[in-house]
Amino acid sequence: MNPKLTRRRFIKGVIASGAAATSTTIWYTANGQSRPAGAVERMIRININGQMRNVDVAPQETLASTLRYKLGLTGTKLGCNRGECGACTVLVDDIPSYACSILTHSVKNMRVESVEGLEAANGDLHPVQQAFVDELSPQCGYCTPGQVMSAVGLLRSNPNPTREEARQAMAGNICRCGSYDSYLNGVMRAAQIG
Amino acid sequence: MAYMHIGKDFVPPDVPGKVTGRIKYAEDYARDGMVYARLLTSPVPHGRVVNIDASAALAMEGVFGILTADDVYPDGEPQSPSLKVLTNEPTLMGEPILAVAAIDEKTAEDAIAAISLTIERLPFVLDPLDSLSEGGANAYNGGNTFIFREGFAEEKWTADQVASFRSGNEPTAEAQQSWEYGDLAAGFAAADFVHETTFSTAGYPHMSMEPRSAMAYWENGKCFLHGTSQSLSAIAEPMAAIVGVPLEDFVFINEATGGGFGQRARAGSIPSMAIPAKLSQKINRPVMMRVTREEEFTIGGARQGLQGWLKVGFKSDGSMSAMDMYCISDNGGKGGGGDANSAAAGVSALYQTEAMRFRNTSIGTNTGHRGAQRGPGENQIMAIMAPIMDKAAESLGLDRLEIRKLNAAQNGDVSGPRSEPFTSAYMPEALEMGAAQFDWEGKKGRARQTNGSKVRGLGIGQGYHNAGRSGMDGIVRLMPSGRLQIHNGVGNLGTYSYASTSRAAAEVLKMAWENCDVVTGRTDRHLPITSPQDGSNSIFTNTRTCFGAAQDLLAKMKEIAAMDFGGDVADYDVDGVRVHQIADNTVGMTYAEVAQRGMELGGKFSGESDLPEELNTLTALSVSRLAGSALMGIYHDPSHSNNPPGFTVTFTEIELDKETGKFEILDLVTIAECGTVVHPQGVANQLRGGAVWGIGLSVLERHLYDPQNGLPASSGFWQSKIPTYLDTPAEIGTGWVDLPDPENPVGARGIGEPSMGAVSAALNAAISDALGGHMFDAAPVTTDMIINHIAGVSEDATPLAQNNFRG
Ligand code: FES
Ligand code: FES
Repeated sequence: MNPKLTRRRFIKGVIASGAAATSTTIWYTANGQSRPAGAVERMIRININGQMRNVDVAPQETLASTLRYKLGLTGTKLGCNRGECGACTVLVDDIPSYACSILTHSVKNMRVESVEGLEAANGDLHPVQQAFVDELSPQCGYCTPGQVMSAVGLLRSNPNPTREEARQAMAGNICRCGSYDSYLNGVMRAAQIG
Repeated sequence: MAYMHIGKDFVPPDVPGKVTGRIKYAEDYARDGMVYARLLTSPVPHGRVVNIDASAALAMEGVFGILTADDVYPDGEPQSPSLKVLTNEPTLMGEPILAVAAIDEKTAEDAIAAISLTIERLPFVLDPLDSLSEGGANAYNGGNTFIFREGFAEEKWTADQVASFRSGNEPTAEAQQSWEYGDLAAGFAAADFVHETTFSTAGYPHMSMEPRSAMAYWENGKCFLHGTSQSLSAIAEPMAAIVGVPLEDFVFINEATGGGFGQRARAGSIPSMAIPAKLSQKINRPVMMRVTREEEFTIGGARQGLQGWLKVGFKSDGSMSAMDMYCISDNGGKGGGGDANSAAAGVSALYQTEAMRFRNTSIGTNTGHRGAQRGPGENQIMAIMAPIMDKAAESLGLDRLEIRKLNAAQNGDVSGPRSEPFTSAYMPEALEMGAAQFDWEGKKGRARQTNGSKVRGLGIGQGYHNAGRSGMDGIVRLMPSGRLQIHNGVGNLGTYSYASTSRAAAEVLKMAWENCDVVTGRTDRHLPITSPQDGSNSIFTNTRTCFGAAQDLLAKMKEIAAMDFGGDVADYDVDGVRVHQIADNTVGMTYAEVAQRGMELGGKFSGESDLPEELNTLTALSVSRLAGSALMGIYHDPSHSNNPPGFTVTFTEIELDKETGKFEILDLVTIAECGTVVHPQGVANQLRGGAVWGIGLSVLERHLYDPQNGLPASSGFWQSKIPTYLDTPAEIGTGWVDLPDPENPVGARGIGEPSMGAVSAALNAAISDALGGHMFDAAPVTTDMIINHIAGVSEDATPLAQNNFRG
């Protein structure tokens, strides 16, 4: 998890925005599409996948919610919506981060990358995506975008990881299908071709 | 046999969509005017709704409507323990009572908070043995068990009977269900080693990564439901019935499913998808119902827990001469299952037990919804049996591998109470292959070696599941473009069998895979019926249907060629591009031309007449809608004979730290015996995924409930102890025997379920080995249990406890 975006900071942010800081309330309110009574809604600009996007963001809104329901970037998945599984992993300033546990307002001045931003302009897959195809890393695929983003983040900071380093770096991404070994094969192949 | 496609890797068409995030799951869809539903769920583990006052909620701005059980079941709720769409008689905490649709989720939540729910609390129970005990609470309103065709009933033992069982003795009460074969008394009399024990295996949730969210809308009287399933065509008809719409007016859309593991195979296990459908019909707007992780835990299914007693005897040569097993199965608050029966049948199949008796009684508890979960029954019992096999080997002076080989199923063997023959069986070959790949001979001397506080343990595990049905249908179409369209209703939940089974059709027609399209994803693409993709069925079942439909198409292609160019159909063959005379391959026509001719000729060639009589309802509807569109191959698969098994073998070595109770898996090799391998990468993925699930079963996953209030304490991924990267080895060795099965046209059988059982067995055996042969007789064996054993601390939990820490 991004050290700059800890759970503590997330909760502090929620408190500052006026929403109650309980996880269940976060779930129910963070995904709401309407303005909560008394809150100030704000139009902000955020850098998503290299483009500045104008978006109307409620104070308690999570980045996952903004990406999925405001910007139509549904590649970012919600497996738990409470920081347990990694299905929602995106890169914030190159660091893999749980988009369900980040307030959108807190990333206004940062670079956010989701799985949709990885392909080259000519449609070529990112080396991690191509390696995951070649190794048949995904099973059901629901955790895959998060696994892809964690792998991309790892290889940016450590282009030639050992398998053990990759295993540690990917440990925040649960795969209920148990495709861990196939994802690690993909990460190691991507490191070779990347 | 040299195949063009079978046994070769390929890129399943949905994989690029999975790595780019473009493939859509139910929750990724949106529709103009879509509103959002939220659920009000039961705040008590067992209760009866007395009154619902929603007037304040319905008066709120942005609230569009409410759906209650009275709307869904105007004639009253069905009297069965099945999961309901909504209920006024909740039997588990968190069971959906009503749904509210509003402009957004926040408003829907606010409206739910404004609803006044009056609910009568009823006594609840968390452990089947507590319910069985005289005076114990019943999980259901009509009793604590459900008898098929009879209804709810009450099953009670005396307190002494329960206490005796808990303290390790054979239950004395008559069981609800039983079977027996062979001479049990003679089997035990002939035994030189007899082991008797009670055991428990935990229930735990499926926890598919994708919550079972669904979105529905109605257009021109048709219901369109975006949902999640393990088999979109098998689910269509029963789901239409739950929604209350004729099959021809129901469209189920399900491009991808984020995991199923048994609980999305049948409509009855995912009735919640009907909530947005019925709400949408009521308020005339598209409705999205997103399901939370906690809700997924509650209604998303769980493995049955087993409380059992067994006695097993081995002759001096190591053969298993007798097995007696008695189980109490935890049916949870809703659902149920046949885990105990499958466990017993699995022992019979895997160890070729000469005489056997099985008894079972199923009891409800006010805990998570139960149903089939990956290798139900077999995978739990193998974890219990593996250390017993090792103890028998040690007592009889046999090698651990040899005792398994001696009891292994092979061609010509039978199993179960009906002595059903296997279609084929190569367990000895699988054991030998695994031993060689793992280097059993080289490593076995390391067992129980210590290094400071660390000790090595080695384990061999075996897995089994009956892996194949028949009686389904196939549809293929040769298009005027020359492309082959293979209609396939198998769900897309990560096995890729929707695509790999389709390759059997390409194989028959010798077509390049690039010229084939798998038609799937939504029922209005006109799919044939398939078996629910559960029980490791798809590979066996749907290669048969795809192969058969392609054979029908091939025969029609040859018939048209003979009609146009003269001679007999036997004079013609295909080469992937043309149908031509065998004697002179310049005489013939292209696939595109023969497709065009088929459409011109009509009748049986284009699916307008002479259809197989036994076609299932959905297939017949699909064929009627496709008729005239192409040259069609249509097939109804007759029943096969005998039992197609899926077998697995695992060898593992662990290093257990006696100071912490933790262990590391140093090596793990797992081998499949599943007939001809259709898709090697797919089999490797099933073996690896099964290994992770096996680790979860044997050392991590279990239900935990607060005994005071019946609150689930393990409703998230973390508390459920779903295995992570760090719980699993960085590399898992895989292999397969790859010998064809005669009952399948390409020789294939399934493997998804037993891939787990062998690993749970091997790991439990390795832990037992590291601890000098100590047997916990339980799954999972948690770190606490290991460290308490090492420290000589007796646990104070109740023996055989379910849905709680075990003793
Ligand atoms: S959805 Fe964000 S961590 Fe699970
Ligand atoms: S591929 Fe299914 S959860 Fe990872």
